[in-house]
Amino acid sequence: MKDVKGLVVTGFGINCEEEMAAANRLAGAKADIVHLSEVFNERTSIHDYDILNFPGGFSFGDDLGSAKVLGNKFRFKRMASGKLFLDELKKFLNEGKYMIGVCNGFQALVKMGFLPNASGNFEQEATITHNSSGKFEDRWVTCCVNPDSKTPFIKDIITLDMPVRHGEGKLIFKDEATRQIIIDKNLNCMSYAGKNGQPTTEYPQNPNGSELNCAGLCDPSGQVFGLMPHPEAFLSVYNHPNWGKKKRQNPNMSDEGDGLKIFKNIVNHIKENS
Amino acid sequence: MQSTNINHIQLLLKPNVVDVAGQRVCESAQKYLQLNTGKVKSGKIFSVLYDLSSDQISQFSNESLRDPIIHDAYINMLFNDSAYQSYILISKLPGVTDDEGVSAQKALCDLLNIPFDFSAQWIFTQDIYYIENKLSDKQLAQLGEELLGNPLINHFEYGTFDGKIKYIPTVHIESDTTIKTIDIFVDEARLEKLSKELLLALDLKEMAAIQAYFKNESTIAGRKEAGLPELPTDCEMEILAQTWSEHCKHKEFNAIISYKDMETGEEKTIDSLFKTYIYKSTKIIQDRLKEKGNNWLLKIFSDNAGVVRIDDDRVFIWKVETHNSPSALDPYGGALTGIVGVNRDPLGTGIGGGKLLFNTNVLCFGSPYYEGKLLPGQLHPRQIMTGVVKGIEDGGNKSGIPTVNGSVIFDDRFRGKPLVFCGTGAVMQNQYAGVNSWEKPIAAGDRIVMAGGRVGKDGIHGATFSSLEIDEHSPRSAVQIGSPITQKNMSDFMEQAVKLGLIKCSTDNGAGGLSSSIGELATISGGAKIQLDKVPLKYSGLKAWEIFVSESQERMSFVVKPDLIKNLFKMAADFEVELTDIGQFTNSGFLDVRWEDKSIAYLDLEFLHDGVPKKYMEAEWKKPAVREPKLKNNLDYNDILLKLLGSLNICSRESIIRRYDHEVKGKSVIKPLMGVDGFAPQDAAIMRLGFDSYAGIAVSNGILPKFGDIDAYQMSAGSFDEAVRSIIAVGGKLPDPDDADNNFWSVNDNFCVPDSAYNPKSNPDGKYKLAQLVRMNEALFDMSTFFNIPMTSGKDSMKNDFIKEGVKISVPPTILYSMVAKIKDIRKTLTAEFKQTGDLIYLIGKTYDELGGSDFYKLFNEIGANVPVVRKEDAKRIYYKMMEANTRSLLVSAHDLSDGGLAVALAESAFGSELGVSIELPNNGLSINANLFSESHSRFIVSVNPDDKDKFEQLFGNDAELIGKVNESYKVQISKAGKVLIDLDNDVLLNAWRSGLVF
Repeated sequence: MKDVKGLVVTGFGINCEEEMAAANRLAGAKADIVHLSEVFNERTSIHDYDILNFPGGFSFGDDLGSAKVLGNKFRFKRMASGKLFLDELKKFLNEGKYMIGVCNGFQALVKMGFLPNASGNFEQEATITHNSSGKFEDRWVTCCVNPDSKTPFIKDIITLDMPVRHGEGKLIFKDEATRQIIIDKNLNCMSYAGKNGQPTTEYPQNPNGSELNCAGLCDPSGQVFGLMPHPEAFLSVYNHPNWGKKKRQNPNMSDEGDGLKIFKNIVNHIKENS
Repeated sequence: MQSTNINHIQLLLKPNVVDVAGQRVCESAQKYLQLNTGKVKSGKIFSVLYDLSSDQISQFSNESLRDPIIHDAYINMLFNDSAYQSYILISKLPGVTDDEGVSAQKALCDLLNIPFDFSAQWIFTQDIYYIENKLSDKQLAQLGEELLGNPLINHFEYGTFDGKIKYIPTVHIESDTTIKTIDIFVDEARLEKLSKELLLALDLKEMAAIQAYFKNESTIAGRKEAGLPELPTDCEMEILAQTWSEHCKHKEFNAIISYKDMETGEEKTIDSLFKTYIYKSTKIIQDRLKEKGNNWLLKIFSDNAGVVRIDDDRVFIWKVETHNSPSALDPYGGALTGIVGVNRDPLGTGIGGGKLLFNTNVLCFGSPYYEGKLLPGQLHPRQIMTGVVKGIEDGGNKSGIPTVNGSVIFDDRFRGKPLVFCGTGAVMQNQYAGVNSWEKPIAAGDRIVMAGGRVGKDGIHGATFSSLEIDEHSPRSAVQIGSPITQKNMSDFMEQAVKLGLIKCSTDNGAGGLSSSIGELATISGGAKIQLDKVPLKYSGLKAWEIFVSESQERMSFVVKPDLIKNLFKMAADFEVELTDIGQFTNSGFLDVRWEDKSIAYLDLEFLHDGVPKKYMEAEWKKPAVREPKLKNNLDYNDILLKLLGSLNICSRESIIRRYDHEVKGKSVIKPLMGVDGFAPQDAAIMRLGFDSYAGIAVSNGILPKFGDIDAYQMSAGSFDEAVRSIIAVGGKLPDPDDADNNFWSVNDNFCVPDSAYNPKSNPDGKYKLAQLVRMNEALFDMSTFFNIPMTSGKDSMKNDFIKEGVKISVPPTILYSMVAKIKDIRKTLTAEFKQTGDLIYLIGKTYDELGGSDFYKLFNEIGANVPVVRKEDAKRIYYKMMEANTRSLLVSAHDLSDGGLAVALAESAFGSELGVSIELPNNGLSINANLFSESHSRFIVSVNPDDKDKFEQLFGNDAELIGKVNESYKVQISKAGKVLIDLDNDVLLNAWRSGLVF
């Protein structure tokens, strides 16, 4: 079995790089946190890695809309040698490798056309904008997984608690046709759920009013996965707001947080298929 | 590259997309201003002053700005529709931070693949709101100034839209930038006048001391040699005024005070409150620790923040500051700058570059429901609250620093000036390349490098700036708006640069700007020489002294070895951080400021820092005349509990807390709200320090201004106890000089008091106010030395009065203790909510008839006399038992008793679970009122597994009383001697508690 390597990009207002790297490491991968300027200056190559992590944050202060400036940087940036960074990202996927974007990283992947990418031509098919509540909110939500989704990131997960921490998390699709393709191809792989574990439109269980109650998307290949909630903020059971009661009921509970499952899934998937 | 050709790009939401921002304006206008706007459509306008072809403009609009899914774009033909009869256009005033404009400029550079130009802003953003109903100009002005913007930072246009905008906030300054001398060789009356005219805020004694320095023969000789005139330059007077300001030299905390206790007749002289109480208490504790060979107190009251040792590899840095006056003027900018400003304190401590771990905020406001009159320039408390909260939100969230602990206090005496306390904790490596990270070595020859934002007129003379001098193109100087993203880039850069040993040490450019930061660092090497002409500016036209004292944000100064300059600058370019080499440290004994080859300031460092004359002040303590009220019998306790839970000082802070990211970094263990549905409030925050171990910290605060009206000593002692017991409640341990495990505590004390300098006309009760301050300090000393809990840093804010039209609104004397304690294993911490049916509920600690100052009395508009008294020996015994019980895993939950007493604490603990409680009040001779609502200190309610009953009771003895049980009723039921006093469903309680503060 090979060593799995995760690259966690940072800089320009990205701020969840530390816990993202910890998630990769606790899942059994090696992880490097690298400033994007290192990548653009070609002192680090994304092709030396198996997983490309786009962490959460407030890139460029979310001015011009969440992750808009960052997404554009990814689209237009010419690297030191003149190569278009966007072409390198496409090449990375062509080699069968994996990308995960959380929160601001997810917003960037959506705005640069990598998610849901139902058409396969990397054009923007959806956007993520202001919550229906009109405000930033930090709260824990329960997400349920689309059982027909084929992305390895969420294998064997039925529901998962995670915190959301965003003011712009409402997913809107380009048009009815796009929406239908997403449903048909099961690209809406994760939804906000009520107490019964089923998708819900109810606020605050659905914290932002997303279309299809969507919390996360994958691309048709399953290699690219993004979500608004933060699995990397639930690496330990002691992150959960109700850990006290859980522990009283089960003093011998595992210390591991459920958010780690997503990262273990992908690391194990790469190991098994190498 | 600025062009005179202006292109406007307007973005509007497509008609089928819900306009959340527009809806919010419509709702808030109705709710807060009773204005019926009808439908509101929001839009954003980018004014681009850059030479671009029309193809490039549309490409920029389409690719970089517009979101094709939701936006329609209008280029140079702005949207106009007769369905909207009114509009408001909101621009920033010249020189006000416009981060969106800067980001748009960066996006344009990315699109054109050209490097970013720091030197000029050429994209400006404006917000436009189209309003369906025809509103009068007066109504539109109100909407703009009270809801959407602030006239101190915004320009408004309103009326009926004609499709054009005229206003662009470019900065033009016509000013005389030559260096002037100030004639201070004048008589006393003119000296005083001079201080006023130049806004120096120096008194006659201080002006006379400066005059004496410049008349001194050796000064004259030295200046002649340095090529300076005998009279001081404008730059020198400004440096002295900054350095000798109350803010920098804490003149009142260092004054000689004669204190008279009118009750006992006792008189004493206190030579410096700071040295006598604050510094001395910490020194005593440090000596006790050292005596046991145990030294986790690494740095106290020097540098930008205090430093304590976590373990062999890491140190902890912690600073809490206030930002009251700026928040009164511009609540959003004031609070934002408060947060990003205090971030720079730990960042600039020692070598610097520590990793910022968390923020805290404690806020004191007038009631948001205040219906009284407002004075000119006074904002409504609601507007202050919403602005401040938004500032804290953006300051923390956009920087990726979790806001984990806080408090909000309401009292209408805070309606003139709010109190905005902002804190930041950080973790730094113990050493960088073999050098102790918390030390600040500087040698002659080291270079001075300025980093981060550019310099403008921001913050020059702060609030004293006269509005008469402002025309429509003068940059704003009274208020500043921080730029979290600029600072985030800088802190990312620092973190890497210190690891590579490229920065020798660093400091923050905060209050007083370069003058203060370099002036202070210069004392280490013994001098500094600064080339002021090298400092990069936001716009031209600043006078030299303005550049030196400007408080422009997001700036740090680095001390760099000359041979490392090249590498440091190369690295900064990668992080998009602007650096400038502005001079060097020397050992000349002088602060030497140059403009090109001309000397413009040359001041003896010893005089600059130690030349300020001592102040003398008078204090007189007289017990206030207070009495216990007589309340009627047969109170309806259900009704009272619901009223208490819904009252402003007790109700849920959820609508504030959820706007702050308290999870980022993935290390938060006890967050402000916990439990099944996230409703249960907690006593202190717990954070892990890393992902490789379970070591962590607890963060708490204590602030009880309500008790100060009865006794300032007990107010201060009680606040201290509140912060300590909050940490004990979550499973913390008191410090022990014998414990070699670096079981540190680190406290910031923040005093915020009204003007306490006696003046027969303007401040007739000044002596009493100063006596209150003395007593607050005495309590600090007594409590900290008793518990061995040291102050490591702190701050005082002395003039929290709002004066207009002969009316003075003064804050009540307030002290905030912000505490951090090390936690060995976060898995052994405790949350406040009940967890399991059948668990036993105990009341720990003794309740007294202490309803004075309580929230219960406040319901009846009474204060009372029996203020809660801290009995520190009892407190310590109880805390040691709590520690022991937790070590032996005998506790399931713990919650401290504070505002609202036992009844409120029980309800709060019930909120976290889908469970209920039945309680029988103890038969202790106290009234029902005292049993339910007394706010006696050092008490907890805990729940205990019935299997542990014997062990628990054996440990606590008389210090714990079994009062009830957790059950499945989903109700809070409290009775005494069989008589039911309270019987309410959790939902009813929860609804009252969650409805008190919603916005």
